[in-house]
Amino acid sequence: MPRVTSPVSPMAPPRSFVWTRRIGLSLIALFVLVPVYVMLSSSLKPLQDVSGSFRWLPSGLTLRPYVDIWRTVPLARYFVNSLIVSGAATVCSVVIAVFAAYAVSRYRFRGKRVFTVTVLSTQMFPGILFLLPLFLIFVNIGNTTGIALYGSRGGLILTYLTFSLPFSIWMLIGYFDSIPRDLDEAALVDGCGPLGALFRVVVPAAVPGIVAVAVYAFMTAWGEVLFASVMTNDTTRTLAVGLRGYATQYDVYWNQVMAASLVVSVPVVAGFLLLQRYLVAGLTAGAVK
Amino acid sequence: MRLFRAAAVLSTVCALAAATAACGGGTDTSGGGGSAKTLTYWASNQGPDVQADKKTLTPELKKFEKQTGIKVKLEVVPWSDLLNRILAATSSGQGPDVLNIGNTWSASLQATGALLPWTDSRFQQIGGRDRFTDSAVASAGAAGQDPAAVPLYSMSYALYYNKKLFADAGIAAPPATWDELVADGKKLTTGGVTGLGLEGANLSNNIHQAFVLAKQHGADFFDSAGKPTFTSPGAVAGVKQWVDFMAKDKIVGAGSAEYAQNQTLQDFAKGKTAMVLWQSAASAFESYGMKASEFGVAPVPVASGAPGTGAQTDSMVAGINLAVFKNSKNVDGAVKFVKFMTSDAEQITLNKTYSSIPPVKAAQANAAFDTPAQKVLSQTLATSAAPLPQVAQEAQFETAVGTAIKGLFADAAAGKPVTTASVKAALDKAQQQMQQ
Amino acid sequence: MATTATEPHAPPAGGGPAAGEPARRPRQPGRIRKLSLPYLLLLPAIALELLIHLVPMVLGIIMSFRGITQFFIRNWTEAPWAGLRNFRVALDFNAPIGKALLHSFLVTCAFTVLSVGLCWLVGMFASVMMQDSFRGRGLLRALFLIPYALPVYAAVITWAFMFQHDNGLVNHVLHDQLHLTSGKPFWLIGDNSFYALLVVSVWKGWPFAFLIITAGLQNIPRELYEAAAIDGAGMWQQIRRITLPSLRPVNQVLVLVLFLWTFNDFNTPYVLFGNSAPEPADVISIHIYQASFVTWNFGSGSAMSVLLLLFLLLVTGGYLLVTTPRRKNA
Repeated sequence: MPRVTSPVSPMAPPRSFVWTRRIGLSLIALFVLVPVYVMLSSSLKPLQDVSGSFRWLPSGLTLRPYVDIWRTVPLARYFVNSLIVSGAATVCSVVIAVFAAYAVSRYRFRGKRVFTVTVLSTQMFPGILFLLPLFLIFVNIGNTTGIALYGSRGGLILTYLTFSLPFSIWMLIGYFDSIPRDLDEAALVDGCGPLGALFRVVVPAAVPGIVAVAVYAFMTAWGEVLFASVMTNDTTRTLAVGLRGYATQYDVYWNQVMAASLVVSVPVVAGFLLLQRYLVAGLTAGAVK
Repeated sequence: MRLFRAAAVLSTVCALAAATAACGGGTDTSGGGGSAKTLTYWASNQGPDVQADKKTLTPELKKFEKQTGIKVKLEVVPWSDLLNRILAATSSGQGPDVLNIGNTWSASLQATGALLPWTDSRFQQIGGRDRFTDSAVASAGAAGQDPAAVPLYSMSYALYYNKKLFADAGIAAPPATWDELVADGKKLTTGGVTGLGLEGANLSNNIHQAFVLAKQHGADFFDSAGKPTFTSPGAVAGVKQWVDFMAKDKIVGAGSAEYAQNQTLQDFAKGKTAMVLWQSAASAFESYGMKASEFGVAPVPVASGAPGTGAQTDSMVAGINLAVFKNSKNVDGAVKFVKFMTSDAEQITLNKTYSSIPPVKAAQANAAFDTPAQKVLSQTLATSAAPLPQVAQEAQFETAVGTAIKGLFADAAAGKPVTTASVKAALDKAQQQMQQ
Repeated sequence: MATTATEPHAPPAGGGPAAGEPARRPRQPGRIRKLSLPYLLLLPAIALELLIHLVPMVLGIIMSFRGITQFFIRNWTEAPWAGLRNFRVALDFNAPIGKALLHSFLVTCAFTVLSVGLCWLVGMFASVMMQDSFRGRGLLRALFLIPYALPVYAAVITWAFMFQHDNGLVNHVLHDQLHLTSGKPFWLIGDNSFYALLVVSVWKGWPFAFLIITAGLQNIPRELYEAAAIDGAGMWQQIRRITLPSLRPVNQVLVLVLFLWTFNDFNTPYVLFGNSAPEPADVISIHIYQASFVTWNFGSGSAMSVLLLLFLLLVTGGYLLVTTPRRKNA
C-alpha cells in the first residue's frame, strides 16, 4: 500500500497548517488524556484516598486494586461473555448490513424508501421504552418454542446486532454509493454474478467504511448497559453491567472500578491500533484504469 | 456460483453461531424449574460485595437443602439492577420464586398483584405474625391489607458522632434534641470541619429525614385516604428544618448538596464531619479506616423529650423484606424457605453478618445484638420508628419530594434564600406531579 | 474467471429459495432484472428489525393509549384504555407535568445541538489534520479513540469525580491553580450542570465522529487534490472546495444519527446525575425514565416517547429535505 503523503504532492504543507496541526492535536490529546490520567491514578490508590483532595501526583500508590478486581466481581467471566456477545453481534451485523446496503445502493425496487426511512426511525424511539416490550416478546418466544432468549447470550446477540443495523446500513449505503458503478460493470462483464461483484469489487473498495461500521457495531454491543442489566443473569452477565457490581450497598470501590475499566479497555484499544491501518485510501483509485 | 455459496455458508455460520450461543449460553429457566425440588432466589446485595453475599448465603442454603431436600438456585442481584429486573419479571411473569425487596417497595409491588399475600393462615405456617416486630410488618404492605412480604432484615437511623471532635469542642454528650444538635453543630463547625454531614442529592435519604421531621411536626405526607398532603404546614416545616441545617444554621457544608454516593460516610471517617444521621453505618466506617472506638452511636434527636411514637418518632423503619412471586411453580417450597430464613437461628446468623437487626423478636435478644451500636438501633426500631407511607405511589412520592428537596439544597448551596414560601412552592409542584 | 464446478444448490441461509441460476450475460446494474435478489438480500435485516425494533415500538405506541400503571403492569391487556389522556397530560403546558416536559425538551434540544456541533467540529478538525501521514499518526489515532473504548460507566464516573465541588480536578485547576473563579462553582448541581453534561458528552462522542469522517476521507481520490494543487489552490482552499463537498453524504448521515443518539442518550446523564437530573440539565431521556420506570407509570412514559418520536420524525424529514442534493434521476 503506497504511503499516503500530503494531499498536495508537489508542494509541502504550509507552515500555518503544520503549526495548526501541532497545537490543535495537542490540545485535543490533552482533553482526551486528562480523564484517563485521573482514572489511572485513582486505580492505584487505596479506597479511602480516592475521593480525597485532588493532587496531580498521588502519594501512597498501591497495586492492590488490580488484584482485587478479579475477586470482588467475576471479571474474567464477564469479560469473556462480553467478547462472545460483542464479537458474534459484530460479525452478523456487518454481514447483514453489507447485504442490505448493497441491495439499496445498487438496485431500484419498490419499498426501498419505506425500508430506509423505517430503519432510521428506530433510532428516534428512546431505548428504555423498548426494554419491557422486548423482554415480553422474548418471554413469549420462550414459552411457545422453548428457546429461552432472555437470560441467554443468544438473546443479547440478536438484540445488539439489530441495534447496530440501522446506522451500519445507512453508512454502508453511503460508502457503496461512492464506489462507481463502473467497477460493478467490469466485474459483471467478467462473468461474476451480482454477489460476485459485491465480494470481489465493492467490499474491497469499501474496506474503510466496513471497518468503521464493524468498530461501531462492536462498541455498541460492548458498552450497552440497560438491556444487558435485564436480559442477563449471573452466568451470562456482560462487562458493561458487571462493572456496576463494584458499587455495593454501602461502598463504591472506585479504585477497583477504574482499574477494571482500564484493564478491559486495553485489548479494545489494542484492537483499534491494529485496525486503524485499514483506514487508508481506498482501492478504488486506479481500479477503473 | 462460488460466491453465492460463500455468502450462503457465511450466513448459515452466523445463524448457527447465534443459535449455539443461545442454547449454550447459561440460559436461566427462572420461575421455578417446574419441579417441587428447586427454588430460584434473588438475594439483594447486603454485604461488602456480591461475592461476599454468595459466601454468606450459600452455606445457609445448603442447610435448607439438607432439611427439606429443596435445592435453591441463588442469584445475588446488585441494587442497580434489582428494580429493573423485578419490573421485567412482574410484567412478563418470568421471574424467581423468592426474592428480597427493599421494604419501601412493598406497597408498590403489592399493587401490581405479583406478590403472594401473607394471610393469617400463611403466617401461621411460619410461626405466626406475632413473632415479628409490629413496625417491621407494617412496612410490608398497605394498611388494611395482608402484607405482601415478610420482614427479613431491619435497620433504623441513628446519630453517629466523632468522639474526639466532641471532646475537643468540649461537648460531653451527644445531642438529644434538635436545638442541642444545632448548638453543638455550630461549635463543631470550625477550621475545615463541619458539624453535620448529609447527602443533599440522595433522594431516598432526603425522603427518610423529611418524613421523620414532618411527623415530629405532627404531619404526614399522605392522608388516611392515600391522597398526598405535601403542602400541609407540618410537612413544609419538616422539610424546611432539614434544608435549614445548610441554609440557616450553616452546620452542613455547601458541598454536601451534591453528595449522592455515600461521600458523607467518607467525610465522617476522615474526621471532616462530626455528626452524621445514617442507617447502620458502622461497617462502612470501618472499611474507610475508622476504628469502632472512635465513633459513638446515639438515637436520632427529637424536638423535645425522649423518642417514642407519634410526634416523638425519630426514624423510619428501614429494612429488607422477603417476598414470594405469585407465579411461582413451587409456592409450598417457597413458604418453607421463608420459614427457614425467618427462623430464630437463621435470623441470628444472617443479621449478625449484615450488622442489621432481626425483625424476629425472639432473635433480638441474642447477645450478638447487645453492642452499644446495635442496642441503639434495636431500641429505635422497637419504640420510635415508623414505616414510610405504604401507598401504591410510594416510588412517585420518593422521586417527586426527593427531587424537590434536592433542588432546595442546590439553592441553599448557591446562596439563594430558602423560605417557607419557597419550600411550600417546591412541595406544591411535587404534589401536582403525583398522578393517579 | 473460472467458475466452480459445483452448482449452488445450497440456498442462502436468509431463508427463501435461491434466486435461480445467475445469468451469464452482463447486466446493467440499476435495472431490475432479478426482482427477488434485492428482497432476498434485505430479508435478514427486515426480519431482525421487525422482531427486535419494530414490534416492540408498536407495542410501546399501543401502551401510550392505555393507563398502564403499577396496577396493570402484570397484565397489559387489562389496562383501561386511556385514549388521549396520557398525551393531554403531557402536552398541558400549564400544569407541572407538561411544563416540566416542555422544559426538559428545550434543554435537550439545546444540549443536542451544541454537543453534536462540537463533536462534529472537533472530529472534522482532527480527521483533516491527520489525513496525511506523520510519525506516530497510528498511535495518535488509537489514542483519540480511547474515550470511545472506555466503558461508559467508568468514564462518566471519572468526570463526576473531576467535577466534584470540594475535591475535583476541575475546581482545583480553575480555582486553586489558575485563580479564574472567585469561589468554587458547583458543576453537578445548579446552572453549571448543563455545561458539565455537555463537556462529558462531547468528550465521549467526538471520537466516533472522528472515526466515521476518517473512513470517509479515504475515498476521496488523490487526483482531485493534485489537480487543485497544480491549479494553485492552497491547503485551506482545498479543504473547503474538495474535502467538505466530497464528505457530504457521509456528513449528512453522521450529523443526523449523532443528533438522534444524543437526543436519546440515557447512559451519560444517568451515570452523571443519578435518578434525577438537576433542572438545568434535565434531558428528556432521564425525564421519561423517571416518568415510566421510577414512578411505574408506563402509559405516561410511552406517551412522552411517542411525542418524542413524532418530533424527531419531523426534524429528520426536514433535515433530509434540506440536505439532500436535488437529483434528477432519483
